[in-house]
Amino acid sequence: MRRMPERQSPRPKLGVFKFASCDGCQLSILNLEDDLLALGQALEISYFPEASSHMDAGPYDLALVEGSITREEDVHRIRAVREQATVLVTIGACATAGGIQALRNWADIESYKRLVYPSPEWIRTLETSTPISDHVKVDYELRGCPIDKDQLLRVLTDLLAGVRPRLARDSVCLECKRRGTVCVLVAKGVPCLGPVTSGGCGAICPSMGRDCYGCFGPADAREKAGSHVPNTASLAKHFHEHLGLIPAEILRRFRGINGNAPSFQGESGAWERRADA
Amino acid sequence: MSSGDGSTLPSAELPRLLDVLGAKGYRIIGPTVRDGAVVWETIRRMADLPIGWRDQQEPGRYRLERTDSRDIFGVVHGPQSVKPFTFAPREPLIRIERTSGGWSVHSHLQPAEPIALLGARPCDLAGLAIQDQIFLRGPYQDTAYAVRRKGLFLIVVNCTRALPTCFCRSMETGPRATRGFDLALTELDEVMLIEVGSEAGQAILAELPVAPASEALLAEASARIDACARSQIRSVERAKLPQVLYEVHDHPRWDEVGARCLACTNCTMVCPTCFCHTIDEAPDLTGQRTERTRLWDSCFTHEHGYIHGKNIRPTIKDRYRMWLTHKFAAWHDQFGTSGCVGCGRCLTWCPVGIDVTEEVAALLASDSRKQQKTVSQRHE
Repeated sequence: MRRMPERQSPRPKLGVFKFASCDGCQLSILNLEDDLLALGQALEISYFPEASSHMDAGPYDLALVEGSITREEDVHRIRAVREQATVLVTIGACATAGGIQALRNWADIESYKRLVYPSPEWIRTLETSTPISDHVKVDYELRGCPIDKDQLLRVLTDLLAGVRPRLARDSVCLECKRRGTVCVLVAKGVPCLGPVTSGGCGAICPSMGRDCYGCFGPADAREKAGSHVPNTASLAKHFHEHLGLIPAEILRRFRGINGNAPSFQGESGAWERRADA
Repeated sequence: MSSGDGSTLPSAELPRLLDVLGAKGYRIIGPTVRDGAVVWETIRRMADLPIGWRDQQEPGRYRLERTDSRDIFGVVHGPQSVKPFTFAPREPLIRIERTSGGWSVHSHLQPAEPIALLGARPCDLAGLAIQDQIFLRGPYQDTAYAVRRKGLFLIVVNCTRALPTCFCRSMETGPRATRGFDLALTELDEVMLIEVGSEAGQAILAELPVAPASEALLAEASARIDACARSQIRSVERAKLPQVLYEVHDHPRWDEVGARCLACTNCTMVCPTCFCHTIDEAPDLTGQRTERTRLWDSCFTHEHGYIHGKNIRPTIKDRYRMWLTHKFAAWHDQFGTSGCVGCGRCLTWCPVGIDVTEEVAALLASDSRKQQKTVSQRHE
């Protein structure tokens, strides 16, 4: 386990870096509000362009990385960040799985460019959007679109205390049941991804009566092949046979914000083949 | 002071029960319609109860429907048993603070809140009795559980309608409550039959405008409860349990159910007897204080099977087999009872509708000779 320096003076240096992303996860840091002062006392915020135009050079004890790799320059820049960081933590679905922009991985990038930009010839971009871990070693991953600020605070607290952050990848269902939310899948018949999605969000969507769309990515995805963990195939089959979703709808269910995450990617691919058949 | 004799209260006088309980200082908790199911909420008036509603349940599906009936307890149950009131899903335990010389520990334990739980079902009480055994038996009592349990006044409602998912008859936990309640109600046409199960229950009954129940009314109540038992379409064949489950460890059925199960934890969360929990330690950023909380956990999670560098139950099949074998077999060895009370919640609230009675039946129906052969071949 990589460790940050023990609590000391000078304070550990924090750098916050952005790649292809919407900045929402960085805003989650600023949304810590009541804890921001304590955070500023515990860490020296050396590089955080979203928050301050004062930017110190590295190295950094801790780097928080938002966004995915979509340009040739990104590939080089993330390596430079990694070289300067003792501990590197990716924050959010873009950095951990490629984000919604990874939809390009299934499309023709040239047609996407023509669709979006009036002068597509000025756009230089890679054909894919890939997670940070495809390019450099990542120490810890914070999931979500956006991340949960309390989970972020816990990880920072753990790192400052010199202990391994405990990031449960249990299902959203566990959090629903702990807070007494009625299951929307069973009681309303909506295609909720909660059973195969990692919690950490506090099960916000089902508590508002809507189905989880998987923004925290696959639950428990550390197991070996053949373990059925997470069991996207069984849930998708249920959507199809009992909730009446057609293959194209199941494909779209899994190909969303975390569509590029391995098990969701496999499931959407399987239903794409059925939709095409 | 148990069942046998009974009193009657016109259903229209049930508000008096709420008044009496309130006057005695109880917070009344009962079933309320919310988000397409009934959940436990504080009951302030009769209209908070699901009057006229019914639940339709089948594996993986729950729906409420309105009927013309004026039944107060027409809904059999929702996702919650009485478990959350004794074994809380999130139980703050202690706060530890740094002091100049070391640290100080502060308990979060509160005095028992008197709660009158109105509308528990016989299977819920059976589940509670099992949890009492787990948390309160022996020298190591669970303090948080004991305090919550002490404050509970239980008004059970005997069942006169079975769901397709109910199998309490075969588990011998219902549909009539025989013990573990303060008051037991049986809802008949416009009248409640009330039985007393404790001194506290007698004290409440004494303040209600009740009349002695006639033989005819007692017979009517028994007939309806018996009809409810007979109408149950699911059951668990218990004659060969627990032993046979230890002998089917390599049964191919585990692979089939392992391919269906989502390991989502829902069955264990809604189970009235599941007691797994984890401890969460949440320090603050300054390192000056930390909060320790007990949270519901499940044998279906990754961390539950993680022991010293290795996950001993890496596949969903491993986890499902562990859960079912514990419920229907190892529980007998550990606690002297079955771990299942036949409430059927794990069938209904399983997102893909896995039916535990069907799984047990498939495992028991295996050709034992063939099974032996498989086992002996494995050892050769």
